[in-house]
Amino acid sequence: MSAAAPITAPRRRIPAAVQIGIALVLFWATLAAFGPYLAPYSAGYVVNAGPFAPMSTAYPLGTDYLGRDMLSRILHGARYTVGVALLATVLACLAGTTLGLLAAVRRGWIDALISRAADALISIPHLMFALVVVAAFGTSLPVLVLMAAVSYVPGSFRISRALALDINAMDFIQVARARGEGTAYILREEILPNMLFPVMTDLGLRFVFVVLLLSGLSFLGLGIQPPNADWGALVRENIVGIYEAAPAVVVPAVAIAILTIGITLLIDGLSGSNHEIVR
Amino acid sequence: MLMLGMILRRVCGGLLTLLVVSVVVFVGASILPGDATEAILGQSASPEAVAGLRQALGLDLPAPERYLRWLAGLLTGDPGISLINRMPIGQLIGPRLTNSLFLAALTAAVAVPLALLLGVTSAIWRGTAYDRVTNITAVSLVSVPEFLLATIGVILFAVQLRWASAMATPVVDSLGGALRTLALPVLTLSFGIMAQMVRMTRAALLGVLDSSYIEMARLKGVRPARLVLRHALPNAAGPIANAVALNLSSLLGGVIIVEVIFSYPGLAKLAVDAVETRDMPLVQACAMIFCAAFMILVLAADLCSILSNPRLRVR
Amino acid sequence: MTPLVEVSGLRVTATNDRGAETDIVRDIGFTVARGEVLALIGESGSGKTTIALSLLGYARRGCRIADGGIRVGGADVRALAPAELARLRGGQVAYVAQSAAAAFNPSQRLMDQVIEGVRMRGLMSRANAEAKARDLFRALALPEPDRIGARFPHQVSGGQLQRLMAAMALMTDPDLVVFDEPTTALDVTTQVEVLRAFREAVRERKTTAIYVSHDLAVVAQVADRIVVLRDGAIQEIGATAQILSGPADPYTQSLLAAHAPKPQPPAAPRDVAVAPLLEVRGLVAGYGATWQGRPAAPVLHDVDLEIRAGSALGVIGESGSGKSTLARVIAGLLPATSGMMRLDGERLAPALASRGREELRRIQIVFQAADTALNPAHSVERILSRPLAFYHGLSRSEQRRRVRRLLDLVRLPASLLDRLPTELSGGQKTRVNLARALAAEPALLLCDEVTASLDTVVGAAILDLLAELRSELGLALMFISHDLKTVRAVCDEVMVLYAGQVMERGTGQAVMQAPQHPYADLLAASVPELRPGWLDSIDETRLAEARSRFSFPGSPDLCAFISRCAARAPGLCDAAPPPIRRFAKGSDIRCHRTEQELVALQSKHGSVSAAILPLKRVVKRAL
Repeated sequence: MSAAAPITAPRRRIPAAVQIGIALVLFWATLAAFGPYLAPYSAGYVVNAGPFAPMSTAYPLGTDYLGRDMLSRILHGARYTVGVALLATVLACLAGTTLGLLAAVRRGWIDALISRAADALISIPHLMFALVVVAAFGTSLPVLVLMAAVSYVPGSFRISRALALDINAMDFIQVARARGEGTAYILREEILPNMLFPVMTDLGLRFVFVVLLLSGLSFLGLGIQPPNADWGALVRENIVGIYEAAPAVVVPAVAIAILTIGITLLIDGLSGSNHEIVR
Repeated sequence: MLMLGMILRRVCGGLLTLLVVSVVVFVGASILPGDATEAILGQSASPEAVAGLRQALGLDLPAPERYLRWLAGLLTGDPGISLINRMPIGQLIGPRLTNSLFLAALTAAVAVPLALLLGVTSAIWRGTAYDRVTNITAVSLVSVPEFLLATIGVILFAVQLRWASAMATPVVDSLGGALRTLALPVLTLSFGIMAQMVRMTRAALLGVLDSSYIEMARLKGVRPARLVLRHALPNAAGPIANAVALNLSSLLGGVIIVEVIFSYPGLAKLAVDAVETRDMPLVQACAMIFCAAFMILVLAADLCSILSNPRLRVR
Repeated sequence: MTPLVEVSGLRVTATNDRGAETDIVRDIGFTVARGEVLALIGESGSGKTTIALSLLGYARRGCRIADGGIRVGGADVRALAPAELARLRGGQVAYVAQSAAAAFNPSQRLMDQVIEGVRMRGLMSRANAEAKARDLFRALALPEPDRIGARFPHQVSGGQLQRLMAAMALMTDPDLVVFDEPTTALDVTTQVEVLRAFREAVRERKTTAIYVSHDLAVVAQVADRIVVLRDGAIQEIGATAQILSGPADPYTQSLLAAHAPKPQPPAAPRDVAVAPLLEVRGLVAGYGATWQGRPAAPVLHDVDLEIRAGSALGVIGESGSGKSTLARVIAGLLPATSGMMRLDGERLAPALASRGREELRRIQIVFQAADTALNPAHSVERILSRPLAFYHGLSRSEQRRRVRRLLDLVRLPASLLDRLPTELSGGQKTRVNLARALAAEPALLLCDEVTASLDTVVGAAILDLLAELRSELGLALMFISHDLKTVRAVCDEVMVLYAGQVMERGTGQAVMQAPQHPYADLLAASVPELRPGWLDSIDETRLAEARSRFSFPGSPDLCAFISRCAARAPGLCDAAPPPIRRFAKGSDIRCHRTEQELVALQSKHGSVSAAILPLKRVVKRAL
């Protein structure tokens, strides 16, 4: 080969799909982190428009049952809705993926043990699991995060395990093993890169379900407690406004829907429409 | 024989899982700081009263024994006594369970046929505008919280149009009355489970429609209607039944929210109230019923897959 | 008389992901006379199936018949309304699909599917239809013709399903039958009997047929005329004899050249004094738990082999023979249950984990499916660098230089370095796959069906490359294949494997010589030859062997071929393990029959043997 052969820089390949996904997650994370600073009013400030005011230029999303600005309430609540769910999801997927890899590569009794435990945990409906945990441990933030994380570990575990098993059966893994590579190298360099995309899309879907779970819990009054409020709690505290068709009831629910539908549609577009969505 | 073995294995696996679940539920509910006596008598109760109640409730026994007693009670239909109103839990649960089952059955009766129709038609007309709209609607509905559907429903049909009631009761005196009181909760629940059912039905049928034997049937001159009814659907029946059963299980989550919103006197509402009052024996019993129902549906889904596989059916 | 089929100016297009339309076949024109069999021959991507399907007015998803005329029996296929088209399909024009296992509905009984066409059209009563189907089953030499219809597809073997599909096609007495690679998925010994059955059925009924295939030798047996296709265009049309003897088109010539028997590599002199590079004795391996020294699902039984430095051992066998398992066991991926392996005289541990890095380096395995053997997330450079770093501890800059040299060695341009495997063609993937193994500088290369998924011409180039590498680098090869021709071209020694037992082992020349082990004999006789009339020359004894199926002999020590063998000796073969004998021609044979017995038995159908033996062999035997 001649020395003049064009030198091409090794291409870093992050699929466009994953890039968009990361961008979206960053956007919501920013909102969660800086929402309170963007809000026109503090969370508890009562503006002079009365309770359940309709949308107006001064209060674009109306006011709540105490006459507080809904836009500010929503921005303050973003932290609890997005932040808590994101934290729980990342925890769940980290744990699930690690356990899945472990089970797929080690097989044997470790696999049997983790799989059985996952089977048991997955057969408790998520909201019911949440109710039992809340009844036992209360509704503090760490409890909520851990509860949500734990209840979604089995799903993440199952997917990672199945993926890792599929990849592990491929010939290029056999080649690496025949070369004498250690388990750590095979996991890190051969298996993990091929799991990244499906695990990321799974993380997205799981995030959606965690948001729905936590806001559902808040809606029942068993989630984040006053004076803090996530969007689910905003729906609950304004529920009497339903008889006046006040925006304060619908707006937080719509905010959740925008967040979750956006992410689901993105993932659906990325991974083709034939995959299953199972909560 | 192979099939029978597989079915038996699944059933045993399910029972085993349920046993593990019962341990989880029991332990989860028992590591409460403080115990039930405090919840009942308040913190200022005299030590004698506390000791007496502890004995009466069997709380002085070691945990494993309490678990076994509780489990035996569950199996014999006596899950203990409510801490709050001192009534046998069986009596509390009985009518509530019936109400919840009624709501669930009604939802299934509405949602399943509709979902199958939408799923099958969108698979047949793949790629058309109809298919795309159905799919996007389904994807969106999967990710919408039930309380959004419910509140919009109430505002629209109960507050603005005054067609329906914002409260739901299981009392059915006339068709009109049933529509007024039950249409909203049933529709809210249906949307949630239908969305996934439609998608999974579509995917299952598409998987079959893409197979070589469907192409072969086409090349034999089989017309579209016969192609779908005789060749595709029998092979997709297993996966579709699986999807239906699996998604009915997501009803168990939705029903909790819906019963609370519409103040429907069902089991889920009872469970939520029990959580609020920390009535642990009641929470445990409700949780176990939910888990058992869930398990039955998952098992049914599994069995549908096994039974529909000709390789297992005919050896 | 007007021809039955007239195709002119046919163009079929496909729409890709970006919505752009490209031609997949263009400017196709040919005719088929009544009673004629026309072959469409070409490699993958040549558009042969697309053309065949267009005769039924059908284009696959994303494809469209864009231009041209298709007339079958006077009907303009493109102008037919959907209802008329449905009558044509399976009525006047019938289709036999490539993979019958996938093309039968798994949830319906075979009979229901076979008679669906006539029943749907109301042509026959159910009883008459079933009677006709049974006649066809009989004509196609299906076993138990009266009962096979009651079975489900998964209860029937691949070769039988293929014949059932032909029966399904013939039910409506169609004017034209389109056979789409109907024997490609089958083993050679199955292929031969299926081909025979097809040809007889077609001949008897004077059916007009279009036969699609990539295999010139198969086509030579069945077709009157041949259309040679490449990249969606016709290269040449001619009578079979003319195409085979005097092809005009360079592409056809290259196809024929790939078929021409290669000079056999000379057997390296056997130096008994030097220990073989790899020595394997009494190897038993399989899957599942081991119980009483045997695996639950045994695959290899008592395998002996030797590979000397620089020599090439060909392992030949049909699907299920255990040939791939053998490579995995030697590589250590599947630890042997019992038996002994030596590398250069040193004992080789059965399991990977207990082998040293140097031992691992010296044996490299090249997997069959280059698609799954290359990590889709790694670039070519990364794939090739890893063994360099792992075994030789080279620095980055050293690695870069060596990777380029390796690409050179397998005749790939350095511009591929940054490519991902998905961006490579099948042949390129196979070369990268080879280069990765070579990076380790191995002494022994285990090649598992490396050319099986490649087109003839591309595969032939890979075989040439392997031969060069062998002589350049002094590599020893274990070359696994289901294709006798390929093995003969590459290897100086050959081993015939059947159901995990080594049936015959010796130099390539010796194994091909009579008297052969009965299975080796069947295998050799089943490989289609370019000579027209070869198919007719196969005698009934061999067809019976080809038709019968493997069944477990009762004990793993007994001969596994017993249920199919025409030379079996009742009371002996089913009672005692066969001995291994060294025959005068120089190969070791596992059989109860002595050399004299086999000579006598095989010369009984000797007229046939003589006809299929290369002339050289016949002469040799006469001497």
